[in-house]
Amino acid sequence: MATAEEVAKAAERRDVRDRWLLSAPALLVIFLAATGPLLIVLIYSFLTPGPYGDVKWQFSPDAWLSVFMERDIFDDTLSLAAAHVTIFWRSIKLAVVTTIATLTLGFPTAYFMATRSEKTRDLWLFLITIPFWTNLLIRTFAVLQIIRNEGIINTILIKLGIVSTPVQILYTDTAILIGMAYVYLPLMVLPIYASMEKLDFRLVEAGYDLYATRFKVLRKIIFPLVKPGVIAGSILVFIPALGAYVTPSVLGGGKNMMLSNLIELQFGQGRNWPLGSALSITVMIIVMVALLAYVRNAGKSGVRHG
Amino acid sequence: MPDKPDRNAIEVVNVSKIFGSGDGQVAALDTVSVSIRENEFFTLLGPSGCGKTTLLRLIAGFDFPTAGEILLYGQDIALLPPFKRPVNTVFQSYALFPHMTVADNIGFGLEMLGKPKAEIKARVAEMLKLVKMEALAGRRTSQISGGQQQRVALARALAPQPKVLLLDEPLSALDYKLRKEMQIELKRLQHETGITFIFVTHDQEEALTMSDRIAVMSSGKILQVGSPRDIYDRPAERFVADFIGESNFLKADVVGVSGGRATVKLSSGTEIPASLPDGFSPSGKVTIVVRPEHAQLGGASPSASLSGTVENIVYLGTDTHFHLRLAGGEPFIVRRQNSRGAGDGIVQGGQIGIMIGSDAAQVLKD
Amino acid sequence: MASNFSIKHQPGFTAIAATCFVVLYLPIIVLVAYAFNAANSTSEWGGFSMRWFQSAGQNVQVIDATLRSFQIGAVAAVLSTIFATMAALATTRTAPYPGLTFKYAAINQPLMVPEIVTGVALLIFFSRIKIFTGYSGLGYLIAAHTAFCIPFAYLPIRARLENMDLTLERAAADLYATPWKTFRRITLPLLWPGILAGLMLAFVISLDDVVITEFVKSGGQDTLPTYMLGQIRRGITPEINAISTAFLLLSVAIVTLFFFVSRKRD
Repeated sequence: MATAEEVAKAAERRDVRDRWLLSAPALLVIFLAATGPLLIVLIYSFLTPGPYGDVKWQFSPDAWLSVFMERDIFDDTLSLAAAHVTIFWRSIKLAVVTTIATLTLGFPTAYFMATRSEKTRDLWLFLITIPFWTNLLIRTFAVLQIIRNEGIINTILIKLGIVSTPVQILYTDTAILIGMAYVYLPLMVLPIYASMEKLDFRLVEAGYDLYATRFKVLRKIIFPLVKPGVIAGSILVFIPALGAYVTPSVLGGGKNMMLSNLIELQFGQGRNWPLGSALSITVMIIVMVALLAYVRNAGKSGVRHG
Repeated sequence: MPDKPDRNAIEVVNVSKIFGSGDGQVAALDTVSVSIRENEFFTLLGPSGCGKTTLLRLIAGFDFPTAGEILLYGQDIALLPPFKRPVNTVFQSYALFPHMTVADNIGFGLEMLGKPKAEIKARVAEMLKLVKMEALAGRRTSQISGGQQQRVALARALAPQPKVLLLDEPLSALDYKLRKEMQIELKRLQHETGITFIFVTHDQEEALTMSDRIAVMSSGKILQVGSPRDIYDRPAERFVADFIGESNFLKADVVGVSGGRATVKLSSGTEIPASLPDGFSPSGKVTIVVRPEHAQLGGASPSASLSGTVENIVYLGTDTHFHLRLAGGEPFIVRRQNSRGAGDGIVQGGQIGIMIGSDAAQVLKD
Repeated sequence: MASNFSIKHQPGFTAIAATCFVVLYLPIIVLVAYAFNAANSTSEWGGFSMRWFQSAGQNVQVIDATLRSFQIGAVAAVLSTIFATMAALATTRTAPYPGLTFKYAAINQPLMVPEIVTGVALLIFFSRIKIFTGYSGLGYLIAAHTAFCIPFAYLPIRARLENMDLTLERAAADLYATPWKTFRRITLPLLWPGILAGLMLAFVISLDDVVITEFVKSGGQDTLPTYMLGQIRRGITPEINAISTAFLLLSVAIVTLFFFVSRKRD
């Protein structure tokens, strides 16, 4: 007869096996249609472009070189690829500024929502959830109609006599920034709100009781306690903003490219799949670095605030 | 009760339960053995973390012992899954199914056993009547009060007529008055159904009022098993005396042992008789325990066993507690029931004698 | 006065919040308003009219893309919800076991990679398979959508499971329910709101996708969002406003439903 320990061990083994079987379909689909293909991208980034797109199965480091460098066609010397650097810089800058802008607007908004009475809180949550669930393309399109030369902003400015000719906002970096801040704002508000809702306001009372000013209470009590929400929100905004495709396509025109448009170009007219692959991997590396930095930061603050 | 046949419903034999592995190993139960008689109201009493809930979970089948046997009427059930054991549980949180009605909850066990519909219906009606919940049969469990939920949980566990009913601190979520009511109710149910109850609690008063027998547990071991009176009057170990009721501990020297009783010499030099734990024959230095209400105050007469200074007098309505400091520096508390009338002249700071009756002292094993 | 001191007040926060809510809704309201514009362009107001809804309703490309969106969305949502439910059952309410962290990471991986990268990866991978098998149907889009919907469907289901009282299942086992019966009678009924929420979330996420679809679709496989993107790039007519308005209405309906389902307590 089996001993108690053997029976327990066997049951545990069976449980772990069942749990693997249960998660197998999800893992398989994700591996086949999300994670696995990333490896192929990595391989493609080291191959030679085919004449009509796709690749020739021949090793070449050129794609990686041309991520940041370009080869002079006359003397074969390498120099910094100004166009690529500009696009990288613009993408990172816009993603960071978008994150900061949504945080600046989203934090007070989440605070406002969390300090409403229990009943109305659900209504505010509902109002912030609707845009979150509304198609991103439609919301970008809505912004386009507001900021274009014939849009509501310029019409009002002209009617009021503030300007005589429309202010060109559309097809500028500002347009992309406005659009991204607009579409990603709910992604910032929701996680901060989730943390804020759990905040025990008696701690705030205790802060005031111990002579803290409003600003001190905000900085020393509220902010540290909702930091996980702020971090989650920042990640949720930064990742899609860096790889944003729809917003720059619609609001940036063809001119103000971001990384995703540059990548798309390599698979379209550019016919340089290896370069497109190398650029994609680069985007992923930037995202991973940002994620790691955040996670480490979050881990540290987690220790401090228990 | 002498007319009951001494048949054991549950026998726990050398059961150990170890959680974790390597350096992180914790023994929640350490070679525990205990027998629980048929039709008995048996209580596992101890502080949190003493292993009482672990033992209950092993009997229920939610966990499996690392070593040892658990016998239900002679059959080893230690490794059977919970749904194959004729043992039911009343959970601390009640664990009523929120998506079912009161009646559906009560009938669930019978339904799972594949009983015919008519039988389930009849039995559910009977159970509803037993716990006086007939009027609320169709309610969702979220729509009834805590006390009512408690009754439903009881009815649900009793409906399949288990051989043993396990109760895991079922009264802890109730307020004081309701708890008192349910204590009586539980005794009644146990009496009417004739089912063996194993009750887990950390509340000594609850254990003393309800149980036929109590097992006091600490750090994964059973320290003493006995009737409430045994446990209270004749605690075998310091932990038991300390955990249940209030106690005065005194150092003493054994002078002589005969017929299960000892004569001990107190620090004051007085010799008094003291009871001994079963099968224990001490020598040399021991600790004895005296309950505060088993000692009397008696002026400074020479017949007193001990004498001390009155440090504090605490009036508690029904009783008064006299906090004394003995000549040797040890604290000693005497409890005296109050009667109407003037004070007795005992004042803070005064010297006073303490008399310990011939059956008041108990020698401890440790 | 000190008597009016509110501990929850922070200067300027209410004003910022109010601005946010106005700014969030204003563009959408303008967009909807222009859907009912009789004029040919969205620059001027030509009176109230339903003509753009009629024209969109008769546009074969729009109907075709809408049907395709729903088809992909429905299949992907159902598949991803089933898989996510299974995965959630496998990854919650357990002591850590070897591979658990890996599973969390794997399931959430699609959220961690920018869509454009996934889009490119699938373009390369599927183009190989297309050459190899000759199949170029909707299967690719459905597979891609199912994959990126799984983490979204997983979210509410896992949350629901983790909040579920384990003693309920223990109680069922105590009352002679076998593991399968416990699942059928206790776990699944209590999990339903989470599953429904996951299903709706997955459906909306699939319906909204532009980037991955844009890269994975073969010729003639436009979904409503990719069709709209093409139209917007070409210049705008109020017909896009009309389509957007209809789309919006659907989203609001689903959110409302989701809101009630996920807020349901027991």
